[in-house]
Amino acid sequence: MTDDPLWSIFVDACLINNFVLAYFLGICPFLGVSGKLETATRMGGAVVFVMLVSSACAYGIERVLTAIDAPYLRLISFIVVIASAVQLVEMFVRKWSPGLFRALGIFLPLITTNCAILGVALFQTNRGYDLLQSLVFALGAGAGFTLALGLMAGLRERLALAEVPDVVQGTAMTLLLAGILSISFMGFAGLGG
Amino acid sequence: MYRAMVGVAVLCGVLIVSVFEVTRPTIERNEARALRDAVLEVLPGARSSRAFVWSAGGDGFHAYRPDGEEGEMVYAGYDDAGVLVGVAVEAVGMGYQDRIRLIYGYSAVPERIVGLRVLESRETPGLGDRIEKDPAFLQNFVDLDVSLAPGGKDLAHPVEAVKHGQKDRPWQVDGITGATVSSDALASIVARSASKWLPRIRPQVADFSSKGDT
Amino acid sequence: MTEPSAPTGEDLWRGVWRDNPVFVQALGMCPVLAVSNTALNALAMGLATSFVLCMSNAVVSLLRSFIPRQVRIATYILIIATFVTVVDYLIRAVSLDLHRALGAFISLIVVNCLILGRAEAFASRHPVGPSILDGLGNGLGFSLALFALGAVREIVGSGRLFGVPLFHEGYQGWVVMILPSGGFFTLAAWLLVFNRVRAFRARAVPRAQEVPS
Repeated sequence: MTDDPLWSIFVDACLINNFVLAYFLGICPFLGVSGKLETATRMGGAVVFVMLVSSACAYGIERVLTAIDAPYLRLISFIVVIASAVQLVEMFVRKWSPGLFRALGIFLPLITTNCAILGVALFQTNRGYDLLQSLVFALGAGAGFTLALGLMAGLRERLALAEVPDVVQGTAMTLLLAGILSISFMGFAGLGG
Repeated sequence: MYRAMVGVAVLCGVLIVSVFEVTRPTIERNEARALRDAVLEVLPGARSSRAFVWSAGGDGFHAYRPDGEEGEMVYAGYDDAGVLVGVAVEAVGMGYQDRIRLIYGYSAVPERIVGLRVLESRETPGLGDRIEKDPAFLQNFVDLDVSLAPGGKDLAHPVEAVKHGQKDRPWQVDGITGATVSSDALASIVARSASKWLPRIRPQVADFSSKGDT
Repeated sequence: MTEPSAPTGEDLWRGVWRDNPVFVQALGMCPVLAVSNTALNALAMGLATSFVLCMSNAVVSLLRSFIPRQVRIATYILIIATFVTVVDYLIRAVSLDLHRALGAFISLIVVNCLILGRAEAFASRHPVGPSILDGLGNGLGFSLALFALGAVREIVGSGRLFGVPLFHEGYQGWVVMILPSGGFFTLAAWLLVFNRVRAFRARAVPRAQEVPS
């Protein structure tokens, strides 16, 4: 349990230490999904939800593991829970919003190996956040992820119409864009106080 | 089908537990030694140290025993004659890039921080990580005023970082140019920790007077 | 289709250049970039990942006839997570400082798509020998790529390599290289270099074949 105020945790996870642009977590979907703004925002929404669920479960698991003194099971338990959370979300989405399910397609299962989700669970454990702090952290991380994804998608939609040198096409260009976005986000440093 | 998975799970479990048990003594030894070195470093003149637990019941500090009470810990340092040099406190907080974990030494007479060492940080190498390595910056913490306000419930003057070269009060910390956020973070981590622990430690200084060995 | 039973050199070297995990397959960048801002960190992460890759390839290959198809991904992840936990404790025992520098990113090796990818694409279909070599090769390629990243970032960003200053006292590094943005830029730069070299070689081959009369 740390003394950081909740709003500071949120701002830190969303802007100052954005999971994608500062920690490089969640890059695979970042590079793959961020072609269209609409898909990107939907992916972001799914990620936020999965992060919240995983964060709560991770907190619970950590409490149990500390009680039975088996810290070495942490990684395996987290992975299993995250995978299950993704399955749950997939079933949920399929039932309640078939349109969204079709739109997301392959991306939902891809979230399982999304480093950002595991990152949330691991970071919140390392920093000793309590349950509320963990959830706020997860919310901030998901919001930041969606923000970065959305910005990337918007930029790429524009660039699709521009003339780009052959050499830079594809992944290299996305990376360069991400680098510039990352620099701009550095302007938020110190916001948390 | 499930038999296979369970079989694999059992194998994995065995492997993890064995590696854990094999490495545990080494890890604990390393961590204990690192902590002891850090305590002796932030309390100049100390030759031995002892861990104390802050009693949740509120009756001061008790010497730590492995089977005894658990709780937040501080570390007292003693010189060759067994006289108390000061108390070292660990503190943690967010830096620019990630958590910063540090330990500082407090001497009740006079009320000063006498040393500080950063234990864990992932600040920007070459910039923010100068809070760990820059001797001029660390010098800030050799004689830092942390006297308590009358009433003894809080610091008289909160520790704060100022722009490099503008330090003119004994409770201020000269920041590092180009590493403002890291310097500010460090100062505020120290300030928060000091205002939590020093009101507990100063009145209970007698609790630490029993000579210790590590 | 008969499986090649003897491990070959091809299994090893393929992963280093032709199918370099980072630059060609574009796999496994994710969890590692954040701690690739110095050569030492990058190398350590590369080696840790290689260890996990080799061991999990070996075990997946050993158990490949026992793992049922429907749960194979879950089982692979379980095996990978085991070795990641193992390497985490090993690093902690060997060097506390290194462990503190790398932190949670060691655990994040488990979501490195490279490892799962090799387990699924290779280790599950080949015997142990070639699988280990494949793991070594990909691990080597991965470590080299990471080292390239970390070294450039450290040299350009702070004028040092492995903490040793390379330039004169007053060298002002490009700070941006050490920050996360630098990671993106450096990776993009290496990708460009890699692609150019490959394109160049691809063009050079037909010309070389024309030369003999």
